[in-house]
Amino acid sequence: MFESPSTLLLGLVTGLFFGFLLQKGQVAKYRAILGQLLFRDWTVAKVMGTAVIVGSVGVYALVCMGETELAVKPMRVAGVLVGSLVFGSGMAMLGYCPGTSVAACAEGRRDAWTGVLGMCAGALVFVAAKPVLDPLILSLGDLGKITLPGLTHTSPWLWIGGLVVAGVVALVATRRGA
Amino acid sequence: MSRNPLTRVQWSPHVVGAGIGILSWFAFATVDRGIGVTTAFEEAATMVLHALGLADGGWPVSGPTIGWEWTLLAGLLIGAWISARMSGDHSRETVPSMWAARFGDRPGPRLAVAFVGGFLLMFGARLAQGCTSGHGITGALQLAVSSWVFLVGLFVSGGIVARLMIGKKVGSHV
Repeated sequence: MFESPSTLLLGLVTGLFFGFLLQKGQVAKYRAILGQLLFRDWTVAKVMGTAVIVGSVGVYALVCMGETELAVKPMRVAGVLVGSLVFGSGMAMLGYCPGTSVAACAEGRRDAWTGVLGMCAGALVFVAAKPVLDPLILSLGDLGKITLPGLTHTSPWLWIGGLVVAGVVALVATRRGA
Repeated sequence: MSRNPLTRVQWSPHVVGAGIGILSWFAFATVDRGIGVTTAFEEAATMVLHALGLADGGWPVSGPTIGWEWTLLAGLLIGAWISARMSGDHSRETVPSMWAARFGDRPGPRLAVAFVGGFLLMFGARLAQGCTSGHGITGALQLAVSSWVFLVGLFVSGGIVARLMIGKKVGSHV
Protein backbone atom coordinates (compact mmCIF):
# COMPACT_ATOMS: atom_id res chain seq x y z
CA MET A 1 0.00 0.00 0.00
CA PHE A 2 2.72 2.46 1.02
CA GLU A 3 6.20 2.69 -0.43
CA SER A 4 9.06 2.78 2.10
CA PRO A 5 9.31 5.84 4.38
CA SER A 6 12.64 6.82 2.79
CA THR A 7 11.09 6.72 -0.71
CA LEU A 8 8.15 8.81 0.49
CA LEU A 9 10.55 11.30 2.08
CA LEU A 10 12.62 11.51 -1.13
CA GLY A 11 9.43 12.28 -3.07
CA LEU A 12 8.52 15.02 -0.61
CA VAL A 13 11.98 16.61 -0.81
CA THR A 14 12.01 16.42 -4.63
CA GLY A 15 8.53 17.98 -4.71
CA LEU A 16 9.50 20.76 -2.30
CA PHE A 17 12.36 21.88 -4.53
CA PHE A 18 10.26 21.43 -7.69
CA GLY A 19 7.39 23.57 -6.34
CA PHE A 20 9.79 26.22 -5.03
CA LEU A 21 11.54 26.44 -8.42
CA LEU A 22 8.29 26.56 -10.44
CA GLN A 23 7.03 29.42 -8.26
CA LYS A 24 10.32 31.32 -8.47
CA GLY A 25 10.29 30.84 -12.25
CA GLN A 26 6.94 32.68 -12.44
CA VAL A 27 5.58 29.98 -14.74
CA ALA A 28 2.52 29.18 -12.58
CA LYS A 29 0.75 32.17 -14.17
CA TYR A 30 -2.05 32.29 -16.75
CA ARG A 31 -0.16 35.00 -18.68
CA ALA A 32 3.05 32.93 -18.77
CA ILE A 33 1.32 29.80 -20.13
CA LEU A 34 -0.90 31.66 -22.63
CA GLY A 35 2.03 33.92 -23.56
CA GLN A 36 4.07 30.82 -24.43
CA LEU A 37 1.26 29.14 -26.40
CA LEU A 38 0.90 32.41 -28.38
CA PHE A 39 4.72 32.38 -28.86
CA ARG A 40 4.96 35.83 -27.29
CA ASP A 41 6.52 35.13 -23.85
CA TRP A 42 9.31 32.53 -23.89
CA THR A 43 9.74 32.06 -20.12
CA VAL A 44 8.16 28.58 -20.09
CA ALA A 45 10.30 27.38 -23.02
CA LYS A 46 13.45 28.76 -21.37
CA VAL A 47 12.70 26.92 -18.12
CA MET A 48 11.81 23.65 -19.89
CA GLY A 49 14.65 23.87 -22.41
CA THR A 50 17.30 24.49 -19.75
CA ALA A 51 15.86 21.72 -17.57
CA VAL A 52 15.97 19.26 -20.49
CA ILE A 53 19.54 20.15 -21.50
CA VAL A 54 20.99 20.15 -17.96
CA GLY A 55 18.91 17.10 -17.02
CA SER A 56 19.92 15.06 -20.08
CA VAL A 57 23.67 15.48 -19.43
CA GLY A 58 23.42 14.28 -15.83
CA VAL A 59 20.84 11.53 -16.30
CA TYR A 60 22.69 9.97 -19.27
CA ALA A 61 25.96 10.26 -17.28
CA LEU A 62 24.27 8.37 -14.41
CA VAL A 63 23.02 5.74 -16.88
CA CYS A 64 26.55 5.34 -18.33
CA MET A 65 27.95 4.89 -14.81
CA GLY A 66 25.31 2.22 -14.14
CA GLU A 67 23.78 4.30 -11.35
CA THR A 68 20.28 4.37 -12.84
CA GLU A 69 18.16 3.17 -15.75
CA LEU A 70 16.07 5.15 -18.21
CA ALA A 71 12.34 5.28 -17.47
CA VAL A 72 10.93 6.02 -20.92
CA LYS A 73 7.18 6.13 -21.69
CA PRO A 74 6.13 3.89 -24.59
CA MET A 75 5.30 5.39 -27.99
CA ARG A 76 1.67 4.26 -28.09
CA VAL A 77 0.85 6.09 -31.32
CA ALA A 78 -2.83 6.93 -30.79
CA GLY A 79 -2.41 7.60 -27.06
CA VAL A 80 0.45 10.06 -27.51
CA LEU A 81 -1.00 11.79 -30.59
CA VAL A 82 -4.59 12.20 -29.35
CA GLY A 83 -3.44 12.72 -25.76
CA SER A 84 -1.06 15.55 -26.68
CA LEU A 85 -3.73 17.32 -28.74
CA VAL A 86 -6.35 17.02 -25.97
CA PHE A 87 -3.73 18.07 -23.41
CA GLY A 88 -2.66 21.17 -25.36
CA SER A 89 -6.28 22.28 -25.81
CA GLY A 90 -6.90 21.88 -22.08
CA MET A 91 -3.70 23.76 -21.25
CA ALA A 92 -4.81 26.74 -23.37
CA MET A 93 -8.24 26.74 -21.69
CA LEU A 94 -7.00 26.37 -18.11
CA GLY A 95 -3.89 28.52 -18.52
CA TYR A 96 -1.82 26.17 -16.40
CA CYS A 97 -0.31 22.72 -16.89
CA PRO A 98 -0.69 20.02 -14.19
CA GLY A 99 2.44 20.95 -12.19
CA THR A 100 1.98 24.70 -12.50
CA SER A 101 -1.73 24.45 -11.63
CA VAL A 102 -0.78 22.90 -8.27
CA ALA A 103 1.85 25.64 -7.77
CA ALA A 104 -0.75 28.29 -8.69
CA CYS A 105 -3.09 26.76 -6.08
CA ALA A 106 -0.33 27.40 -3.53
CA GLU A 107 -0.31 31.05 -4.66
CA GLY A 108 -4.03 31.11 -3.79
CA ARG A 109 -5.41 31.41 -7.32
CA ARG A 110 -9.08 30.41 -7.45
CA ASP A 111 -9.10 29.53 -11.13
CA ALA A 112 -6.24 27.08 -10.51
CA TRP A 113 -8.17 25.35 -7.71
CA THR A 114 -11.14 24.97 -10.08
CA GLY A 115 -8.77 23.60 -12.69
CA VAL A 116 -7.45 20.98 -10.26
CA LEU A 117 -11.06 19.95 -9.52
CA GLY A 118 -11.49 19.48 -13.28
CA MET A 119 -8.26 17.44 -13.32
CA CYS A 120 -9.67 15.14 -10.60
CA ALA A 121 -12.86 14.69 -12.65
CA GLY A 122 -10.75 13.99 -15.74
CA ALA A 123 -8.76 11.33 -13.87
CA LEU A 124 -11.95 9.60 -12.66
CA VAL A 125 -13.53 9.53 -16.14
CA PHE A 126 -10.25 8.35 -17.68
CA VAL A 127 -9.90 5.46 -15.25
CA ALA A 128 -13.55 4.52 -15.78
CA ALA A 129 -13.01 4.53 -19.57
CA LYS A 130 -9.65 2.73 -19.40
CA PRO A 131 -10.97 -0.82 -20.02
CA VAL A 132 -12.37 0.43 -23.36
CA LEU A 133 -9.57 2.90 -24.23
CA ASP A 134 -6.52 0.71 -23.51
CA PRO A 135 -7.25 -2.09 -26.02
CA LEU A 136 -8.28 0.51 -28.61
CA ILE A 137 -5.01 2.45 -28.21
CA LEU A 138 -2.90 -0.72 -28.29
CA SER A 139 -4.69 -1.96 -31.43
CA LEU A 140 -3.61 1.25 -33.19
CA GLY A 141 0.08 0.59 -32.63
CA ASP A 142 2.62 0.54 -29.80
CA LEU A 143 6.20 1.21 -30.89
CA GLY A 144 7.47 0.51 -27.36
CA LYS A 145 9.86 2.44 -25.16
CA ILE A 146 11.91 3.91 -27.97
CA THR A 147 14.39 6.79 -27.75
CA LEU A 148 15.76 8.99 -30.54
CA PRO A 149 19.29 7.51 -30.25
CA GLY A 150 17.87 3.97 -30.10
CA LEU A 151 15.69 4.53 -33.16
CA THR A 152 18.55 5.96 -35.23
CA HIS A 153 21.32 3.69 -33.82
CA THR A 154 23.35 6.72 -32.80
CA SER A 155 25.05 7.76 -29.56
CA PRO A 156 22.86 9.66 -27.08
CA TRP A 157 25.78 12.09 -26.65
CA LEU A 158 25.37 13.16 -30.27
CA TRP A 159 21.79 14.22 -29.46
CA ILE A 160 22.74 15.81 -26.14
CA GLY A 161 25.54 17.72 -27.89
CA GLY A 162 22.98 18.91 -30.44
CA LEU A 163 20.67 20.07 -27.64
CA VAL A 164 23.52 21.97 -25.96
CA VAL A 165 24.44 23.70 -29.25
CA ALA A 166 20.76 24.55 -29.91
CA GLY A 167 20.47 25.96 -26.39
CA VAL A 168 23.57 28.14 -26.74
CA VAL A 169 22.39 29.41 -30.16
CA ALA A 170 18.94 30.24 -28.73
CA LEU A 171 20.56 32.01 -25.77
CA VAL A 172 22.86 34.13 -27.97
CA ALA A 173 20.04 34.92 -30.42
CA THR A 174 17.63 36.08 -27.69
CA ARG A 175 20.35 38.10 -25.93
CA ARG A 176 21.00 39.96 -29.20
CA GLY A 177 17.30 40.50 -29.79
CA ALA A 178 16.91 41.98 -26.31
CA MET B 1 14.81 44.03 -5.88
CA SER B 2 15.46 42.11 -2.71
CA ARG B 3 19.03 41.15 -1.82
CA ASN B 4 17.96 37.78 -0.44
CA PRO B 5 17.28 35.51 -3.44
CA LEU B 6 14.72 33.52 -1.42
CA THR B 7 12.48 36.58 -0.98
CA ARG B 8 12.86 37.70 -4.60
CA VAL B 9 9.70 37.33 -6.73
CA GLN B 10 11.37 35.99 -9.87
CA TRP B 11 14.51 34.04 -10.66
CA SER B 12 16.08 33.79 -14.11
CA PRO B 13 14.31 31.07 -16.16
CA HIS B 14 17.73 29.57 -16.88
CA VAL B 15 18.57 29.29 -13.18
CA VAL B 16 15.16 27.71 -12.51
CA GLY B 17 15.54 25.36 -15.49
CA ALA B 18 19.05 24.31 -14.42
CA GLY B 19 17.69 23.69 -10.91
CA ILE B 20 14.93 21.43 -12.27
CA GLY B 21 17.51 19.63 -14.45
CA ILE B 22 19.72 18.94 -11.41
CA LEU B 23 16.61 17.87 -9.48
CA SER B 24 16.06 15.28 -12.25
CA TRP B 25 19.57 13.89 -11.63
CA PHE B 26 18.62 13.60 -7.95
CA ALA B 27 15.34 11.82 -8.75
CA PHE B 28 17.01 9.30 -11.09
CA ALA B 29 19.96 8.79 -8.70
CA THR B 30 17.70 8.14 -5.69
CA VAL B 31 14.60 6.31 -7.01
CA ASP B 32 15.30 5.62 -10.74
CA ARG B 33 12.30 7.79 -11.63
CA GLY B 34 11.79 11.22 -13.13
CA ILE B 35 9.56 14.07 -12.05
CA GLY B 36 5.92 13.69 -13.12
CA VAL B 37 2.66 15.06 -11.79
CA THR B 38 -0.35 13.18 -13.20
CA THR B 39 0.45 9.53 -12.31
CA ALA B 40 -0.64 10.09 -8.69
CA PHE B 41 -3.96 11.52 -9.92
CA GLU B 42 -4.62 8.35 -11.94
CA GLU B 43 -3.65 6.15 -8.99
CA ALA B 44 -5.92 8.11 -6.64
CA ALA B 45 -8.81 7.96 -9.14
CA THR B 46 -8.31 4.19 -9.52
CA MET B 47 -8.47 3.79 -5.72
CA VAL B 48 -11.67 5.83 -5.50
CA LEU B 49 -13.40 3.86 -8.27
CA HIS B 50 -12.26 0.59 -6.69
CA ALA B 51 -13.65 1.65 -3.33
CA LEU B 52 -16.96 2.44 -5.06
CA GLY B 53 -16.86 -0.90 -6.89
CA LEU B 54 -16.76 0.82 -10.28
CA ALA B 55 -13.39 -0.44 -11.54
CA ASP B 56 -11.50 -3.71 -11.62
CA GLY B 57 -7.75 -3.98 -11.96
CA GLY B 58 -5.94 -1.65 -14.34
CA TRP B 59 -3.59 -0.15 -11.77
CA PRO B 60 -1.26 2.40 -13.41
CA VAL B 61 1.79 1.00 -11.56
CA SER B 62 1.21 -2.29 -9.71
CA GLY B 63 -1.57 -2.52 -7.19
CA PRO B 64 -2.82 0.31 -5.01
CA THR B 65 0.28 2.21 -3.97
CA ILE B 66 0.73 5.49 -2.15
CA GLY B 67 4.25 6.31 -3.17
CA TRP B 68 6.93 8.74 -4.29
CA GLU B 69 4.66 10.41 -6.86
CA TRP B 70 2.10 11.26 -4.14
CA THR B 71 4.56 12.86 -1.72
CA LEU B 72 6.14 14.70 -4.64
CA LEU B 73 2.73 16.29 -5.30
CA ALA B 74 2.41 17.28 -1.62
CA GLY B 75 5.95 18.70 -1.69
CA LEU B 76 5.17 20.65 -4.86
CA LEU B 77 2.22 22.36 -3.17
CA ILE B 78 4.22 23.13 0.01
CA GLY B 79 7.36 24.26 -1.85
CA ALA B 80 5.42 26.65 -4.08
CA TRP B 81 3.53 27.94 -1.02
CA ILE B 82 6.81 28.64 0.84
CA SER B 83 8.25 30.46 -2.19
CA ALA B 84 5.06 32.53 -2.69
CA ARG B 85 4.91 33.46 1.00
CA MET B 86 8.59 34.46 1.15
CA SER B 87 8.28 36.82 -1.82
CA GLY B 88 4.71 38.00 -1.08
CA ASP B 89 3.68 36.77 -4.55
CA HIS B 90 0.27 35.36 -3.71
CA SER B 91 -3.22 36.31 -4.84
CA ARG B 92 -6.78 35.01 -4.57
CA GLU B 93 -7.37 36.10 -8.14
CA THR B 94 -10.12 34.28 -10.03
CA VAL B 95 -9.97 36.07 -13.38
CA PRO B 96 -6.48 36.77 -14.81
CA SER B 97 -6.15 40.20 -16.49
CA MET B 98 -5.35 38.69 -19.89
CA TRP B 99 -8.62 36.70 -19.72
CA ALA B 100 -10.58 39.74 -18.47
CA ALA B 101 -9.36 41.87 -21.39
CA ARG B 102 -10.98 39.40 -23.80
CA PHE B 103 -13.99 37.97 -21.95
CA GLY B 104 -14.67 40.44 -19.11
CA ASP B 105 -14.12 40.00 -15.38
CA ARG B 106 -17.14 37.80 -14.47
CA PRO B 107 -15.84 34.75 -12.54
CA GLY B 108 -18.45 32.28 -13.89
CA PRO B 109 -17.17 31.86 -17.45
CA ARG B 110 -13.52 31.80 -16.30
CA LEU B 111 -14.15 29.08 -13.71
CA ALA B 112 -16.26 27.01 -16.14
CA VAL B 113 -13.52 27.07 -18.79
CA ALA B 114 -10.85 26.38 -16.14
CA PHE B 115 -12.78 23.27 -15.00
CA VAL B 116 -13.21 21.94 -18.54
CA GLY B 117 -9.57 22.80 -19.31
CA GLY B 118 -8.41 20.90 -16.23
CA PHE B 119 -10.56 17.92 -17.26
CA LEU B 120 -9.07 17.80 -20.78
CA LEU B 121 -5.55 18.37 -19.39
CA MET B 122 -5.74 15.31 -17.14
CA PHE B 123 -7.57 13.12 -19.68
CA GLY B 124 -4.99 13.98 -22.35
CA ALA B 125 -2.06 13.48 -20.00
CA ARG B 126 -3.20 10.01 -18.99
CA LEU B 127 -3.94 9.03 -22.63
CA ALA B 128 -0.35 10.03 -23.48
CA GLN B 129 0.98 8.73 -20.11
CA GLY B 130 2.67 12.01 -19.22
CA CYS B 131 2.27 15.78 -18.93
CA THR B 132 4.46 18.87 -19.31
CA SER B 133 6.63 17.42 -16.51
CA GLY B 134 6.57 13.67 -17.22
CA HIS B 135 6.90 14.05 -21.01
CA GLY B 136 7.96 17.69 -21.47
CA ILE B 137 10.90 17.55 -19.08
CA THR B 138 11.55 14.00 -17.81
CA GLY B 139 10.79 12.23 -21.09
CA ALA B 140 12.40 14.85 -23.31
CA LEU B 141 15.67 14.77 -21.33
CA GLN B 142 15.74 10.98 -21.81
CA LEU B 143 15.34 11.63 -25.55
CA ALA B 144 12.15 9.54 -25.61
CA VAL B 145 10.34 9.53 -28.97
CA SER B 146 6.92 9.59 -27.23
CA SER B 147 7.87 12.73 -25.30
CA TRP B 148 9.16 14.76 -28.26
CA VAL B 149 6.03 13.82 -30.25
CA PHE B 150 3.93 14.87 -27.24
CA LEU B 151 5.68 18.27 -27.09
CA VAL B 152 4.95 18.94 -30.77
CA GLY B 153 1.27 17.95 -30.37
CA LEU B 154 0.93 20.09 -27.25
CA PHE B 155 2.21 23.25 -28.94
CA VAL B 156 0.17 22.65 -32.13
CA SER B 157 -3.18 22.24 -30.36
CA GLY B 158 -2.36 24.63 -27.52
CA GLY B 159 -1.20 27.25 -30.01
CA ILE B 160 -4.38 26.95 -32.08
CA VAL B 161 -6.76 27.04 -29.09
CA ALA B 162 -4.86 29.94 -27.45
CA ARG B 163 -5.04 31.92 -30.69
CA LEU B 164 -8.77 31.20 -31.13
CA MET B 165 -9.51 32.20 -27.53
CA ILE B 166 -7.25 35.16 -26.84
CA GLY B 167 -6.48 36.15 -30.42
CA LYS B 168 -3.67 38.29 -31.74
CA LYS B 169 -4.77 41.70 -30.47
CA VAL B 170 -5.79 41.30 -26.85
CA GLY B 171 -2.78 39.77 -25.17
CA SER B 172 -0.18 42.09 -26.67
CA HIS B 173 -1.04 45.15 -24.56
CA VAL B 174 -1.81 43.41 -21.26
